[in-house]
Amino acid sequence: MPPAEPASLWTALSHAANLAGRALWGAEASVSLGDLVDGSSLGGQLERLRDRSILITTRDQLTAALALIELDGIAGRIILCPPDLPVEQLPYVAATAAADAQVFDGAAPAVAAPGVATRVACTATIAPGASDRAVRRQTDWILLTSGTTGRPKLVAHTLSSLAAPITGGAGISTAAVWATFYDIRRYGGLQIFLRALLGGGSMVLSSPKESTADFLARAGTHGVTHISGTPSHWRRALMSAAAHSIAPQYVRLSGEIADQAILDRLRARYPHAQVAHAFASTEAGVAFDVRDGGAGFPASLIGPRADGGPEMKVEDGSLRIRSGRTASRYLDARDEALLGADGFVDTGDMVERRGERYYFVGRRGGVVNVGGLKVHPEEVEAVLNSHPRVRMSRVRTRKSPITGALVVADVELETVAEGATGGVTEIEEELLRHCRQALPRHKIPAAINLVAGLGVNGAGKLVRRDA
Amino acid sequence: MRVEAETKSVRDSVVAQFETVAREQKRALAPLSDELVLLDSGLDSLCLAIIVARLEDELGVDPFDSDNDAEFPVTVGDFIRLYEDAAR
Repeated sequence: MPPAEPASLWTALSHAANLAGRALWGAEASVSLGDLVDGSSLGGQLERLRDRSILITTRDQLTAALALIELDGIAGRIILCPPDLPVEQLPYVAATAAADAQVFDGAAPAVAAPGVATRVACTATIAPGASDRAVRRQTDWILLTSGTTGRPKLVAHTLSSLAAPITGGAGISTAAVWATFYDIRRYGGLQIFLRALLGGGSMVLSSPKESTADFLARAGTHGVTHISGTPSHWRRALMSAAAHSIAPQYVRLSGEIADQAILDRLRARYPHAQVAHAFASTEAGVAFDVRDGGAGFPASLIGPRADGGPEMKVEDGSLRIRSGRTASRYLDARDEALLGADGFVDTGDMVERRGERYYFVGRRGGVVNVGGLKVHPEEVEAVLNSHPRVRMSRVRTRKSPITGALVVADVELETVAEGATGGVTEIEEELLRHCRQALPRHKIPAAINLVAGLGVNGAGKLVRRDA
Repeated sequence: MRVEAETKSVRDSVVAQFETVAREQKRALAPLSDELVLLDSGLDSLCLAIIVARLEDELGVDPFDSDNDAEFPVTVGDFIRLYEDAAR
């Protein structure tokens, strides 16, 4: 029998069994889901927030998680502000989303957003007491992505579009303990959070104050079974001895191209885990995940689908997706249409077919033009990363008076054992030889710079200065 | 690392890069002389682009980068003089 009212996160949780044994573990505090459904993290002030358009600006992930559970189905809109949202962009976000309320933690926020009259504090200390949880509407979930103009883009989802990949999807198991290097206020992290909540599991939340090693150790203490991050997150994690402190059943990569090298290294480190890589973006939602251990995806995924799953096509070289999992629109009318006239989202991710498989080669906007020939930095990075001495690499453009541009590479090496042979020049030459075997000449870096460490941004992606 | 750059002449550096890049790019390099026309040297524009980038790293100058409308060098001798002037 269909439920009498639209489902919300809270109603889904309150109907779940074994809630008392389930928890959200933060770096500094933890909350039992059983306690949460019998109380409130918002001081019982839910009625003040009903139908409002609410900025979630908590510093902590745990309080953000609690607010999301309580406000879905109550609020008109919840706007998930990631922790690194520059404070000067808050007025733009508030105005674009017509925000009239704010949920914060710790001290009251110093910067007021225009039009925000109602402010409610959220704490990880659950106050007992019942609230009116009647769900009268489907809440809009507004996610922020970094736009190319400097201001963020506000992307409109609902719990239905966000949770669509989870129903009957892969990697769901009750009693799972989930963890992610992502922040749950970004699409990739939110997917993991919703899998934990709707799939019957618990979750370990990361913290920017905690090192990768400490996070892995804490996840290990809670017996993490399912863990996700970007390939850059995982390259970092595998550097750490703490990578041995977890024994997951399921390892997931998303957010960047998963090359064969990182898939093979994860398989070697976690031989009992299923290593899957997912394609997802804030706009397009989760399109698919690949569990066969290979980079890229089977060509059979392209084309009409009989089962109602995401439909994919390749046009002008880029992957396009149409499904019930995509966002509906950008809130700012000045942003381009999120959906094309045919209902497909253009992901901007360029793919190339080789045999019966498609491979991601890079972003449309990231192409380097070397004397009229195109190079995707990511395809060169994939070749460099496949060398056993390379931990990660970044390929970037360098201006040339002759060819307009050249590609050059910054390379971070695996830690070299004491007494290992080969000087700097030998390694650079070895990497160039390695590239020459796999790439046409215009794609071979004109120079290779060995660097101590490559930057990863708040979304867990490699920092590309010139992309 | 680049100690030899201080003791080596600009001419030596340019000639060495011509030879290195030709070897890397599997190009047959014509015997180098000041009169040799660059287009006949066996090096194509990608080779020259790489040579210019590496010489900038080695010598700290890119004579093509300035706004002085330098004529593009025709011969190997022109190319070397451009670097000798810029490095001065």
